[in-house]
Amino acid sequence: MNGLRARPGRWMGAAALVAGGWLASSWPVPARAAPATVVTVAVISQPDDARYAPRRLEQAYPGHPHGRPLAAARMAAEEAGVELEVLGLRLKVIEFSMVDAPALPAALAQLKAAGVRHVLADLPGPALQQLVQLAPAALGGAMVFNVGLEDDALRGDQCAAHLLHTLPSAQMRSDALAQYLAARNWRKLLLLQGAEPQDALQAQALMRSAQRYGLKLVQTRLFKLGTEPRERDLASTRLLTGDREHEVVAVVDSVGEFARTLPYATQWPRPVVGSSGLVALGWHSHWERNGGPQLSRRFYKLAGRPMQAHDWAAWAAVKAVAAVLADDPKAPVAQQLKRLRGGSVYIDGAKGPRLSFRPWDGQLRQPMFLATGDGVVGLAPLEGVLHPTEVLDTLGVDEKESACKQRL
Amino acid sequence: MPSLAPRFLETNRPGRLRPFKLALGVASLGACVFSPWASTARAQLPAPTPHRVYVSSEKDNLIQVFDPQGLRLSAIDVCMRPRHMMFSRDHRQIYVSCGDSNQMGVVDVASAKMTGTVALGESPEIFDLSPDGKVAFVSLEDENVMAAYDLQSRARLFEVKTGGEPEGIFVMPDGKQAYVTSEVANVVHLIDIAQRKVVKNIRVGTRPRRFVLAADGKELWVSNELGASVSILSTQDHTVKHTLAFKVRGLRASDITPVGMALSPDGKTVWVALGRANHVAEVDRASRQVRNTILVGKRAWGLAAHPDGKTVYVANGLSDNMTLIDTAAGKAVRTVAAGRVPHSVLVQP
Repeated sequence: MNGLRARPGRWMGAAALVAGGWLASSWPVPARAAPATVVTVAVISQPDDARYAPRRLEQAYPGHPHGRPLAAARMAAEEAGVELEVLGLRLKVIEFSMVDAPALPAALAQLKAAGVRHVLADLPGPALQQLVQLAPAALGGAMVFNVGLEDDALRGDQCAAHLLHTLPSAQMRSDALAQYLAARNWRKLLLLQGAEPQDALQAQALMRSAQRYGLKLVQTRLFKLGTEPRERDLASTRLLTGDREHEVVAVVDSVGEFARTLPYATQWPRPVVGSSGLVALGWHSHWERNGGPQLSRRFYKLAGRPMQAHDWAAWAAVKAVAAVLADDPKAPVAQQLKRLRGGSVYIDGAKGPRLSFRPWDGQLRQPMFLATGDGVVGLAPLEGVLHPTEVLDTLGVDEKESACKQRL
Repeated sequence: MPSLAPRFLETNRPGRLRPFKLALGVASLGACVFSPWASTARAQLPAPTPHRVYVSSEKDNLIQVFDPQGLRLSAIDVCMRPRHMMFSRDHRQIYVSCGDSNQMGVVDVASAKMTGTVALGESPEIFDLSPDGKVAFVSLEDENVMAAYDLQSRARLFEVKTGGEPEGIFVMPDGKQAYVTSEVANVVHLIDIAQRKVVKNIRVGTRPRRFVLAADGKELWVSNELGASVSILSTQDHTVKHTLAFKVRGLRASDITPVGMALSPDGKTVWVALGRANHVAEVDRASRQVRNTILVGKRAWGLAAHPDGKTVYVANGLSDNMTLIDTAAGKAVRTVAAGRVPHSVLVQP
């Protein structure tokens, strides 16, 4: 983990470039190949991003990033090496660290100088939005991948035509969970919800999923961390789960601290799902089909930790850039965006089916894993879930429900 | 299976325990002239029983043995996670690559015992043999190389770097060139074996997997798992001549994931296992038209045709069984249990 962590102490200026390309000479190609055209992808992050605070990373909550996604992005560029070399192209991934939001215009100027059009944004919400606003003009056309945020609003009314998402949305995660519960006929849910704004958004997503898949929220209760005796009904896992009607306890806790204490600590013997217990994830390092072990092993060798959803998202974003380049090496960025958002460019995500982007909100369709602390117990879309055109669209916001107006 | 480990070590010492084990095998069969002192044991191995069907099951560490009608007869203990299998040139041994123990298991067919192993690199999957049968070319998924091993001395002779996750390997009958798919790079590497290097990268479909040589060696078919297609390469100029896209009524393209392929003995039909579509396609080689699609078990990958051409055996990886297809009727006639995660099928002529 150390090699990937932010090193705030070393940042002198507003922004800095760290080269991270791969050497063409390490590739198995005929010696007479012409020099390749380099396409540079920048991974933008903030050194003081709270999600990567050392103490938080130590906790390694399920569904949270467990390290910076740079290694995964580089891995994808390396994998694409041979395919792109045939076409006279080479992908280079650079790390770009931005001290704060006001530094963005200067940062973009540097990116433009480096010829960057493809950006992986691993940023908090406000910085991401600012980047999305400024990037197209500043870079002369840009494609931005959100690889770190699951907020549905970014795919809904805050969407942008040049913004793509490879990390599953909150709605996709809760739909995956709801499908699993419905398939087992575990339909009565007690919802425990935290006080963070993110908790409210995740709870909203879960409520929509419950309605979609016929689950019933028999009760919703707010929890609060603490030991103050007068608030024990908000903090005690037994008092919070004392009513008997529910079959499953769903916990929505974007911080993760409370949720971690809940499984096996409920009043009645009920499974816990959501932020702990059974969790819907975009990647799991124990996935053993579709080339999953190979992908996870490659990542482990490179990063020294197991691959998880945020790494997968960065890897998938660079794979998407590689796929669209391979599709038409000469297409300008606007054309590439059209192809990606047209859903006709596919990537191999090592999760089974080929994956494509949804035209209406730029989200990458993908299967989701239902995982316990120990491994993968289910794969969504669950068998038997149907959709008129594309079964992966049973996860997340479908075309007719989408609030995104910025379509291509 | 820790109990297997000591036996591997013993049998790995050439010439010591092997004659004893072979003698036992012969004694139980009752007949055969056999010299226990010969150092090159292969020529003296007893003849195998014809028409046996062998299926590697990845999670049992076994090769299951069936009769041609699909009746399970026995099982052979092999190395960990057996996957691809090939007969030695005399058909008296089976080579099996073991993905978890990084070995090539050598199985004496008549005695149904693994008699030795060759240590391979990380995560071997598909391999092919040189025309003289002495060298194995193995794709090593985790090392991104095609490695060559001398099967007698067990030495790693050389390796050629490939794109990510190399899988299918095919050595041309003249032994001069090999083709290797890279699942991640979506290319087929053409490797010059004498020069030990990639001389051409041929772009094919998404996630290319396996090969089958057709049209008297003029065409090399490559299955594209996520492209729902087969790319047909010319072995003359190494370019893609045709892409055959599969469609199955009632299924979406994303559910069609072709992997395993087999040529019928008369060379007129290519059988293509369509993976998650749970179907096998019967393709007319010359016209490149799909004649029929046949429902089999879940995630059909490995498949093999009986040398008499009447039956095709299909390993169904996600339903742990094997389907027998009657080729004249164009129908699945039987599905039999085949151990946990059956991978490949081999049929003794």
